[in-house]
Amino acid sequence: MELILSIAIGVMTSCGIWLILRPRTYQVIVGLSLLSYAVNLFIFGVGGVKANVPPILGDGLPVTALADPVPQALVLTAIVIGFATTALFLVVLLASRGLTGNDHVDGRNEPR
Amino acid sequence: MNSWTHHLVIAPILIPLVASAVLLFVDERRRTTKAMISLAATVILAFVAFLLFRIESGPNDFEGVYLLGNWAAPFGIVLVLDGLSALMLLLTALLAVPALVFSMARWHAVGAHFHSMFQLLLMGVNGAFLTGDLFNLFVFFEVMLAASYGLLLHGSGPLRVKAGMHYIAVNLVAALLFLIGVSLIYGTAGTLNMADLAARIPDIEPDRRMLMEAGAGILGIVFLIKAGMWPLCFWLPPAYSAASAPVAGIFAIMSKLGIYAILRLTMLLFGEGPSAGFGNIVLLYGGMATIIFGTIGVLASQALGRLAGFSVLVSSGTLLMVLGINDGAISSGGLLYLVSSTLSISAFFMLIELVERGQDAGANVLAVTMEAYGDAEEDEPEEADGVAMPGTMAILGVCFAACAILLSGLPPLSGFVAKFAMLSAMMGTGAIGVPPTAAIWTLITLVILSGVAALISMTRAGIRTFWSSIEGTVPRVLVIEIVPVMFLLLLTLGLTVQAGPAMQYMDSTIRTLRKPSVYIDAVSKAVRIPDYKASGAGSETGSH
Repeated sequence: MELILSIAIGVMTSCGIWLILRPRTYQVIVGLSLLSYAVNLFIFGVGGVKANVPPILGDGLPVTALADPVPQALVLTAIVIGFATTALFLVVLLASRGLTGNDHVDGRNEPR
Repeated sequence: MNSWTHHLVIAPILIPLVASAVLLFVDERRRTTKAMISLAATVILAFVAFLLFRIESGPNDFEGVYLLGNWAAPFGIVLVLDGLSALMLLLTALLAVPALVFSMARWHAVGAHFHSMFQLLLMGVNGAFLTGDLFNLFVFFEVMLAASYGLLLHGSGPLRVKAGMHYIAVNLVAALLFLIGVSLIYGTAGTLNMADLAARIPDIEPDRRMLMEAGAGILGIVFLIKAGMWPLCFWLPPAYSAASAPVAGIFAIMSKLGIYAILRLTMLLFGEGPSAGFGNIVLLYGGMATIIFGTIGVLASQALGRLAGFSVLVSSGTLLMVLGINDGAISSGGLLYLVSSTLSISAFFMLIELVERGQDAGANVLAVTMEAYGDAEEDEPEEADGVAMPGTMAILGVCFAACAILLSGLPPLSGFVAKFAMLSAMMGTGAIGVPPTAAIWTLITLVILSGVAALISMTRAGIRTFWSSIEGTVPRVLVIEIVPVMFLLLLTLGLTVQAGPAMQYMDSTIRTLRKPSVYIDAVSKAVRIPDYKASGAGSETGSH
């Protein structure tokens, strides 16, 4: 489980970074989304990987059998904020496309 | 403790939040109403910030810890008001009022929701200064950044959209790094409360501490991106120079927010104990590189906007370097420099707009190019009678000269006092017996050289603008545009006159910061307000 999780995070991060460094805006935004998924998974992993354990305190439940609720709360906030800012970036990207007529991050096509 | 003043701690967050919400319901066509609401909220904010500053610097022992939702410290989110955050709150409010007044002349009308975004930016900045919790710091950073994206794009145009896109992309990546850093720290230390974290650091075993330091390092990169340290700063000059003048004026505080976060966290987490001095080397050499890069940029800038953008970098670099040395007296000089340089850069950004108004956008570039190649020196027949200096140009010229004096650190304005305080403290380390090290000498040289570069650059720009302007048109300037600039410059004058008390305040602030136990104790000993039911019934049976 830990291995799969870490490989998934690693693959998504590397794809994300490669895409962010591309000169086309669409690739940049896909890269940012991939990176944010990787980061969200990472936050989950930080709380310890546990399966089938609720983060809810109950009568008679040993504390060790609980999942850590804090990373889950952090992930929730991070997802909301990440979505909002990515959506805003998308709007700017469309504006840039409309103003410059192409989708290069510097607003110009490379010299051929 | 008076409960009324206690609740004042959260007011700098609530006032802009409520104002921005109210502003959304006012129709976009009723600009005067919107502007008045926004201005009223900002003036109230300034008043509250001043009140908090007075309470904090007063003699009474004010516990500035505010438990949000009445949860005890390590579990709930806390707001902490201490000398540093009170100072930064006051500085923010003092920048916000002139910037807002300036925007009311023209800029607030060129797009929708300017005032709402402005208030949200203030909320984010104030929240980030007040919070005592790492994740909450992230949330306030994002509030501030989201508002700043909107403000940067305010007014639209290809140049702004391009600069804005780079700015947003860089800051989105920074936000992801912020999350990685915060979660690494949580994973190793098990807490996000800054005071609790500082208390726990000595108990973290070495192999986990390494991870914690890695998390802190990643977090540091985020703050350094905001502050604009050398390899991370290429987005800053284009973004700041593309922003409209009042927006750039208030943006001057945002790079200082990065500095604030670094100052707060290094003093708190790495001030003493096993991880003491973590990251100081990076700050020191990074600061040096930033000053060098900024100085070259200042000298090379042809447009005034870029000159101001690179001045931000020089100011950041100086402050980072001061943090890297981590010496009490130098740091308090640095704090004065922070206040002085923020005020002067903000004034300069707004002044640029006035000076360049009526000029062709490319006039400056053209002027410097002509200077370099000298091929346009056609001897025009000079008019015999001297040109009468119009009053507008005289006022603008005086303000420009004041900005030049402030940025280069010449007497008599506060830029000089701040630089003198830093330099004398650096020299002072030698007077005790230890001669200043090579690093210190390098710093002294860099600080002085960056001032000289600013002077050369500003003088060149000033001569081109005021003495031998190519077009010679007098810009049309409204009173509510020049008054904010003069207000900011008068503040720096006030800072010079009151340099003694100001230095004392900075000294005591730095002294408190260098004793993390004060902060930790204040947060951990903050008492909850007793439960209403429990206190009403007089019984202890209330379940929690």
